[in-house]
Amino acid sequence: MNVFRQSHKQLSIFTTAGYPTIDSLYAQLQMLEQKGIDFIEVGIPFSDPMADGPVIQETSSIAIKNGMHIDLIFDQLSEIKCPLPIVLMGYLNPVLQYGIDRFLERCKQQHIASLILPDMSLDIYKRFYEQTFLSYNITPSFLITPITSDERIKETAEVCRDSFVYLVSNNATTGSTGNLNLDQKRIQEIKNVCGETPLFIGFGIRSSRDLTIVHEHADGAIIGSAFLKAVAQNETEDFITKLRPNLPSFQQ
Amino acid sequence: MESITITHTQPDDLGFYGNFGGAFVPELLRPNIEELSSAYAKCNQDSSFQDSFVQLLKDYVGRPTSLYFSQKLSSKYGCSVFLKREDLNHTGAHKINNALGQILLAKRMGKTHIVAETGAGQHGVATATACALMDMKCIVFMGEKDIQRQAPNVQRMQFLGAEVVPATSGSKTLKDATNEAIRYWINHPQAYYLIGSVVGPHPYPMIVADFQSIISAEIKLQLKEKTGYELPTKIVACVGGGSNAAGAFYHFYSKDQVELIAVEASGKGIDSGASAATSALGSPGVLHGSMTLLMQDHHGQVIEPHSISAGLDYPGIGPLHAHSISTGRTKAVYVSDNEALMAAKELTLLEGIIPALESAHALAALDKMTLTNEDVVVVNLSGRGDKDIETYTQLI
Repeated sequence: MNVFRQSHKQLSIFTTAGYPTIDSLYAQLQMLEQKGIDFIEVGIPFSDPMADGPVIQETSSIAIKNGMHIDLIFDQLSEIKCPLPIVLMGYLNPVLQYGIDRFLERCKQQHIASLILPDMSLDIYKRFYEQTFLSYNITPSFLITPITSDERIKETAEVCRDSFVYLVSNNATTGSTGNLNLDQKRIQEIKNVCGETPLFIGFGIRSSRDLTIVHEHADGAIIGSAFLKAVAQNETEDFITKLRPNLPSFQQ
Repeated sequence: MESITITHTQPDDLGFYGNFGGAFVPELLRPNIEELSSAYAKCNQDSSFQDSFVQLLKDYVGRPTSLYFSQKLSSKYGCSVFLKREDLNHTGAHKINNALGQILLAKRMGKTHIVAETGAGQHGVATATACALMDMKCIVFMGEKDIQRQAPNVQRMQFLGAEVVPATSGSKTLKDATNEAIRYWINHPQAYYLIGSVVGPHPYPMIVADFQSIISAEIKLQLKEKTGYELPTKIVACVGGGSNAAGAFYHFYSKDQVELIAVEASGKGIDSGASAATSALGSPGVLHGSMTLLMQDHHGQVIEPHSISAGLDYPGIGPLHAHSISTGRTKAVYVSDNEALMAAKELTLLEGIIPALESAHALAALDKMTLTNEDVVVVNLSGRGDKDIETYTQLI
C-alpha cells in the first residue's frame, strides 16, 4: 500500500533535524501531528546543500554545529514514535559515508516511508543503487520540474509507484522569494502523466493561496523554507494554522 | 593500451572514470547539463570551433609557452629538468586556456552571461578576461574570506568589468563559492557556468581536461624538437582540483613508461589537521556533482582543507585524478607549506623565475623523487608568482 495515495489533499512539512536545537524534532513532530499534517520530511543536514536556498543552508549549518548526524536522527525518531509517515531528505554524501546498507536497514526498522536524495539522479539510482533499495523494500521519491519531458516523468512515476513524484514548482533552489508562478495547465498535464503515482509539489510554497492552487491539481504540497522561517521566529503553530485554518478536521 | 587512454581522459556514458565522476545533480540541473553536453559534442566535432580556439591560444594567450631547460635544476638533481612555462600565458597561468575554450563554447550556445567560481582569483581573472574579450556579462562568486585574502585579484576582476559576489555560506571559501555558482546556475539556466577545474558534474571534468590538453600536446612536440626524445620519463604537476595536471598528463596517460606525479599540498603536514592532501586523507564521496576522493568527517560533512596556496585548498580532487591515483597510474606526492616556500625561493634565485605558490609545490616534489641521469623530467610551472609576492616577502 502506498501511504502517499490518499483520497484527501495532503500537506507535508519539511524540517531540518537538529534545528534550532539538537532535540527540536520532539516538539516539532508532536505539534505537526496535532495540527493534522499528513506526513513529515525530516532533513538530514549536509555541509554543502547544492539545491537549497539560504534558509535551508543556514538551518543545516546550525544543525551540524549542534551535533546532528544520521544515527541521532534515527535514535530521536525511534523515541518520538511519531504515527505519521516520515520521509527522510538529504544529500547522498552523508548517506554514503554512513553506508547504504546500514542506512537502509535503519530506515526499514524505523518504517521510513520514503527517501529524497536530490543529488542521486534517476540515472545514478538505476545504475548503482536500485537493487539495494528494493532489497530493503524502500522506494525513494524523485524530483521533476515543469520542464522535465513527459517521457522522463513517466519513467520517474514508474520508479516512484510506491512513493511519490516531487514536482519542483519552478526551476529554482528551495525557498525562492519570488511570486509562485505555477503553470496550472502544465501541472495538470504532469498529473495525468504520473497516473497512479501520487504527485506532490514543493519549493517556494508558503501561503494558503499557494496551497489552494496546488491542491486543485496535485495530491499535496510540501513546505520547507517557509516553515523553517517560522521556526526561527517561534511562530510555527500560527504559521500552520494560517496555512490551513480548517485543520485538523480537514481530513475527516 | 587503448582502453586505458579512454578511461583516463574520456569517461563512460554516465561520465565515470572507473568508480569516480558521474553527474550527481538534482533534476533541476539536468536541462542545463544536457544542453552543455550536446553543445560540447557538436563543438568537439567542428573544425571551425577548434580552429578559433587554437587561433586565440596562439595570438591572444601567446602559445606555445616555452619548454625551458633549467641547467641549474638539472645539475642539482643530476638529470634533465624542463619547465613547462604556463606562467608565460596571458593573465599569468594555465587557467586562461580553459576560460577561452569554454567562452567560445558559451558563445556557440548563444549565451551572453557567464557565472564562475574562484578561490585565489586566478580562474576568476581568466574568466573576467575572456568575458571582456567576448563582450559577456561576468559574475564571479568568491568566498568572503578569499575576497579579503586576495584583494589584488578582486580588483583585477572588477577592473575587467566582472561583478564579484561574496559567498557567505558555509566556510566562505572556494567550496562555498562553487556551491553558490551552482545555485546561481540552477536559478539562472540561461547563464553559462564556466567552471575552473576538472571538477563538477560530467561533462565538466572532461571539457576542462580537453581544453587544457594543449599543455601536454606542446610538451610532446617541444621535447622531441629540443632533445630528440619521444617522451619524458616523468611529468610533475600540482593538484588542487587538478586542471593543470590534467592538461600536462593528458597525452601521456596511455604511455605507461611515463611516470605521472601529482603533487598535493600537505599544508602543515598530512596529519596536522591543516592539510589539503586529498588523496591521502580523502575517501570516496560526492561533492559538487561528482563522485571523487573527498576530505570529510565520518558523518560525511565536508572538511575545509588548509594550504598556504589558495589554489590548492580544495577538499576534493578531479574525478579523473581520483581514478588515476587509485589505480596507481598517477603517483601522489605531498609537499608542505614550508617546502613549497623554499622551492619558490630557490627557483627565483636560480633562474630568475618567480613561480606561483601552487607551482612551487610541483618544484618542491623534485626533492622527494629518486632521480638518475637517465631521467628527463618535465615540471609544469602552472603560474607566475606575482600574486604571491606578499606571502613570499613576509614568510621567506
